[in-house]
Amino acid sequence: MTGAIVLTPGDLALAALLVLASAALSMLLALRLQRPLLIAAARMVVQLLLVGFFLQRVFAISSAWLTGAVVLAMLLAASREVGARQERRLAGLWHYALGGLPIVAATTGIALLALTTALKPQPWYDARHAIPLVGIVLGTAMNSASLALHHIFSTVTRERSAIEAQLALGADRHTAFRDIARRATRAGVLPVMNQMAAAGIITLPGIMTGQVLAGMDPVEAAKYQILLMFLLASGGFLAAAGAVYLAVWRLTDERDRLRLDRLAPPTSR
Amino acid sequence: MLPPPLPPSPPPNGSLHARQLRGRLPGTFDLDLRAGECVVLTGPSGSGKSLLLRMLADLDPNTGEVHIGDQPRDSLPAAAWRRQVGYVPAEAGWWADTVAGHFDAPAAVRALLPAVGLRPDLLDAAVAQLSTGERQRMALLRAVTRQPRFLLLDEPTSALDAASVALVEALLRRLQSEGMGLLVVSHDPAQAARLADRRLRLTPTGLEAGA
Repeated sequence: MTGAIVLTPGDLALAALLVLASAALSMLLALRLQRPLLIAAARMVVQLLLVGFFLQRVFAISSAWLTGAVVLAMLLAASREVGARQERRLAGLWHYALGGLPIVAATTGIALLALTTALKPQPWYDARHAIPLVGIVLGTAMNSASLALHHIFSTVTRERSAIEAQLALGADRHTAFRDIARRATRAGVLPVMNQMAAAGIITLPGIMTGQVLAGMDPVEAAKYQILLMFLLASGGFLAAAGAVYLAVWRLTDERDRLRLDRLAPPTSR
Repeated sequence: MLPPPLPPSPPPNGSLHARQLRGRLPGTFDLDLRAGECVVLTGPSGSGKSLLLRMLADLDPNTGEVHIGDQPRDSLPAAAWRRQVGYVPAEAGWWADTVAGHFDAPAAVRALLPAVGLRPDLLDAAVAQLSTGERQRMALLRAVTRQPRFLLLDEPTSALDAASVALVEALLRRLQSEGMGLLVVSHDPAQAARLADRRLRLTPTGLEAGA
């Protein structure tokens, strides 16, 4: 990379003044947003610096085992997060498997493919490439699975009689769920599709912006971003479709019955 | 709670028979429904008449021996079973926007509509535009046109006026004469008297013959 800009603490302090000014303005206008704004900004600084130092150590050690452990921790945290975001849930551990399995499968599959073909770092499991790549694919996969599951869980109870009407007339479970499954998958991939549609015209994607600011040639940065968008779109789609398929499989049984009894009772949240 | 189960008697060929049927309802149930027979099922509200029909259609988890003739239910995929044993709930669900979207061959249905007092153009209407009684008759036709061998009907005329009830009952008698077996839940003693070849009553202790 040519001429990466190195930021000094002074540069950051200057930018921090902008946040302080915003807080002051909030106080002046009695918006009472200054406290949450400053807390969020302070948290962000601590989190990012910790991640920065942590990754610096991990990259320096450059051990396949350590990289694997970090990736595993990321996957587990994301699986837990998908489950925790749902208002309705399946009883028991199924709830976490439903979101966790597809996002883990989609993320590892796509990251492995990208690391061994397009990116080809030496070695392919190089922490500097593997960890950020898993992170960005995982974020999209997690969002897509989470939105798709939210859609299917909020729809299935409401549309119970429509689903059962089809089952009672001799449709199998996949036919009876076809429409709901399609809408849920669509809900899951909509954000990443919107992101692709808007990329470059309405917003400059974050990765590309970062690389252009850091001195990369815009065309090279665009190519990089295109590769990433492909990875994100397919990761999001696989995670959403996988989560929907598993949810339909678990909400019905081998005799094509609708099994809403496998949903945990609604929590008052 | 129930008398000890009798050894299963050989059922007549081509009839629907259930032995030791057990599900969410307390107790086990034995039931026979012959081809071309109309059995009317009565019983107090909440006694589980709908749940019994759903068990026969295999829509809720249940155990027991269910056959059509010699063919065990488990030997068929559930969807194939339900094409033979149709179930129409008291308030049916709708999955498409238009009425026609619920029929495999809407053209063939159009001619049937006047038989139950429905205007043929209702087929092109949105489901939301239909009255409760119109929806009830459409749901019945939706099941009938798929030509099941047995039809389980949960209060098929609860939302209808006297003239429409007469038309629906005439349709049911015609299906019966063509060999379809009917199990009809009804709260109306007069209707039970008009339709039933045989009556069953569901009580908290089980199924009883008679009114």
